[in-house]
Amino acid sequence: MIRVENLVKKFGAVTAVDHISFTVERGEIFAFLGPNGAGKTTTIKMLTTLLTPDSGTLEVDGLDPRVRAHEVRKRFGIVFQDPSLDSELTAQENMELHGVFFHVPRKLRIARTTELLRIFDLWERRGQRVKFFSGGMKRRLEIARALLHTPKILFLDEPTLGLDPQTRNQMWTQVKSLNQEEQVTVFLTTHYMEEAERVAQRLAIIDHGKIVAQGSPQELKQQTSTASLEDAFLALTGTQIRDESANAGADVMRQVAQMWSRRR
Amino acid sequence: MSAVYILWLREMRRYLRSRSQIVASLGQPVLYLVALGFGLGPVFRKAGMGSYLQFVAPGVISMTVLFTSVFSGIGLLWDRQFGFLKETLVAPVPRVQIMLGRMLGNATVAMIQGLLVAVVCFVAGFRIHDFARAPLALLFMALIACLFSALGTAIGSALQDMQGFQLVMNFLVMPIFFLSGALYPLDNLPKLFAAATMADPLSYGVDGMRTMLLGISHFGAALDVAVLAGVGLVLLGVGSYLFSKIQI
Repeated sequence: MIRVENLVKKFGAVTAVDHISFTVERGEIFAFLGPNGAGKTTTIKMLTTLLTPDSGTLEVDGLDPRVRAHEVRKRFGIVFQDPSLDSELTAQENMELHGVFFHVPRKLRIARTTELLRIFDLWERRGQRVKFFSGGMKRRLEIARALLHTPKILFLDEPTLGLDPQTRNQMWTQVKSLNQEEQVTVFLTTHYMEEAERVAQRLAIIDHGKIVAQGSPQELKQQTSTASLEDAFLALTGTQIRDESANAGADVMRQVAQMWSRRR
Repeated sequence: MSAVYILWLREMRRYLRSRSQIVASLGQPVLYLVALGFGLGPVFRKAGMGSYLQFVAPGVISMTVLFTSVFSGIGLLWDRQFGFLKETLVAPVPRVQIMLGRMLGNATVAMIQGLLVAVVCFVAGFRIHDFARAPLALLFMALIACLFSALGTAIGSALQDMQGFQLVMNFLVMPIFFLSGALYPLDNLPKLFAAATMADPLSYGVDGMRTMLLGISHFGAALDVAVLAGVGLVLLGVGSYLFSKIQI
């Protein structure tokens, strides 16, 4: 379903993704693990047509995102690391917008919106503006939205960041059952090892833009002769702490925007 | 084309939900209208130019359309920051359509704001010269709104964050307003200054508005339409190019 070979992306002097290769089979749940700044999000952005790679080959459902961007976009749904909802619109309006973007026929759109909002426990709040939602509710809405156009692949970029264990548990249960029922291929990134172990059939560990190991959770533990995936992860990527890339500009803007929205 | 419509609808919904902002953004034009209209009125009359309120009202309406459309175009930056832009960029919709939908939404919002200010002008004592030509004033409003929404979108696509916003305000939007003849007649100006006013597309918008609302014209309505449409199309081209180059 996804095939990546020798993929490279540089930002100036920094090589964010350095000759990585992997494949994801149809119907599989594949996890991408790595410390902060390892290149996980950059890889997802290249697969989802948001960034152009510098070199290497990549294929999503047999199509090159660089050449057939439009076709590729029809095939996947994505939940970004940062929120991407319009918070001034209601849950239902966000779904409507997405459905129209993805050319879902009106009747089907309404039926699927109802079904998905019920599955993700948002039906009662469908008429409320997203800005009044909790973090967990927003996340669930984003996943529901990503599934609206019945994508073949679902990309989840750290979907459980900042969620409580209850919400995380519920979310993974739903993702797993959708994977089984609708045969959606799932490509996810996370730092929560126990999550990756529980959900993913196969995983790859990426560090400094390179894939350092891949296989089933079992294989990785055997390879590193460790008892848990967490230990295997530390054995492969070291114990040094990575700094989150400083994003001061964005922070300033967030503040300005908050002031602005308060003034309204 | 349904994507264009749904994005237009999104802008409408957002606009109608920010009622306090609608009222707040009427403050500035009303201040200009009242303070300048009544404050400079006596001097203007003494110079034999008639009522300043009559003269300045089309300028204040144009100003409202200018500011609203540029700002909502730059609203793209907010969408970039709050992530909604990503949602539109991964959709299987040509980027031109995404840009058009936003732009038409922004232009419609600017038109509505302009009409609200027009109502305030009437309350303050502004009177239209010839009602038969009033619909043509709407056409000019629409041209101004489209042109500057395209400009706003172009700027919003090129800027990465809010740092550049103040720069754009002080060195682009304010000069466009002050050089446009919205506040003063364009006749008998010093040469260099006159050239600057002629290089400002809003001058032709304000002139068109005055032609239709007051029956006085500086450039002539045909030239007004030609310049607005021409510059508008160029900016639309630039805007869609810059928008299509956005990488996140």
